[in-house]
Amino acid sequence: MAWTRDQMAARAGKELQDGFYVNLGIGIPTLVANHVPPGISVQFHSENGMLGMGPFPFEGEEDPDLINAGKQTVTVLPTTSFFDSATSFAMIRGGHIQISILGALQVAENGDLANWAIPGKMVKGMGGAMDLVAGVPRVVVLMEHTAGGKAKILKKCALPLTGAGVVNLVITDLGVFEVARPGLTLIDIAPEVTLDEIKSKTEADFKVAPELQQRIGA
Amino acid sequence: MAVSKIYPSAEKALAGLLRDGMTIMSGGFGLCGIPSVLIEAIRASGVKDLTVVSNNAGIDDAGLGILLQTRQIKKMISSYVGENATFAKQYLAGELEIEFNPQGTLAERIRAGGAGVPAFFTRTGAGTDVAKGKEEREFDGKMYVMERGLRADLSIIHAWKADTEGNLVYRMSARNFNPIMAMAGATTVVQVEELVEAGQIDPDHIVTPGIFVQRIVHPEKIDKRIEQRTTRPRA
Repeated sequence: MAWTRDQMAARAGKELQDGFYVNLGIGIPTLVANHVPPGISVQFHSENGMLGMGPFPFEGEEDPDLINAGKQTVTVLPTTSFFDSATSFAMIRGGHIQISILGALQVAENGDLANWAIPGKMVKGMGGAMDLVAGVPRVVVLMEHTAGGKAKILKKCALPLTGAGVVNLVITDLGVFEVARPGLTLIDIAPEVTLDEIKSKTEADFKVAPELQQRIGA
Repeated sequence: MAVSKIYPSAEKALAGLLRDGMTIMSGGFGLCGIPSVLIEAIRASGVKDLTVVSNNAGIDDAGLGILLQTRQIKKMISSYVGENATFAKQYLAGELEIEFNPQGTLAERIRAGGAGVPAFFTRTGAGTDVAKGKEEREFDGKMYVMERGLRADLSIIHAWKADTEGNLVYRMSARNFNPIMAMAGATTVVQVEELVEAGQIDPDHIVTPGIFVQRIVHPEKIDKRIEQRTTRPRA
């Protein structure tokens, strides 16, 4: 059985370590905030100029001056700081944020990532995604394994790139891939999902980690 | 005594500064911390063929969206314009130019422009379409893209509080692009929610020093809208 969105977010949560500064993208990655493992403390960064992002406010306590990069109303924490956009991206480009968890349209076996533009459709812009993947040392992609029945993990991205050779880990509803350079390794698989199913839904070649081979008897 | 920086209205604060074809930087992120009253005054002025540098393009009926409705904008330099249907329509009809910059590159171009730095190298966009036509150079084994500093004829920004010298303080995430745009405008006009006498803001708490601010307007009312109202239930 494939993982649910919350189970995918929980799997991504395992990538967090105590003391990390973390940037979460829009969509499924947002759910990772609900799955910080017990006993560890992290600070969430928001590109629009906030570190230490708190939960959504109670109804009636929304403040138009207090939003996240998704333009949603949020709250402050005792650890919160505010800063301008150049400082915000100095944190990102300067490698001060330890991990970026974001969505993708396509990922290639060499770590290329495409998540901002589809030729022929109205392009909305890349926002901060290109800076995040270029500057953050560990980039985790959290996405559905396929889109409309089509593979998203490819030999080569067909869509315009957000970053070249930038992805470190891919978590989908079916499994988890490590991206070494070169090549993908499947390191985890959702319950009752078979290796054959993953192979049929993945265009890129990949190896299977020895520990996982043992576990699934492949 | 120096000439006062305080103007009685947004219209008067912009008087003599607007001309067709100029480049304007406009602060804010989404609808947060945007110079809404100054944007309305620009709309009323009828100035056109503007190039506007702003992270976003507002929504249909607020922020820079109201200058798109009147077709006063010729070109946008932005990182994300997803919330605006008027924008999409004019762009697809070929009536509006857009130059997309990665958000961090946009911010650094503005910061650099204001700081007198004509160009810099960034990892962002290396190996992507963003690097096309730009100089690329290898540093320490990695490829970097050259990006140019950016300046504007006019910057319009929003701050929470100003003193009469033009020293500014911002409120929470409404800071965003405002301080760097203040630095990059040949003239910078700020709208503020509070105005106090010089000396009333602790000098250690000032974010934008008054040297970057030429004109101040303190409107009676600044309408601040929420784009995505998200809440959680009370326990």
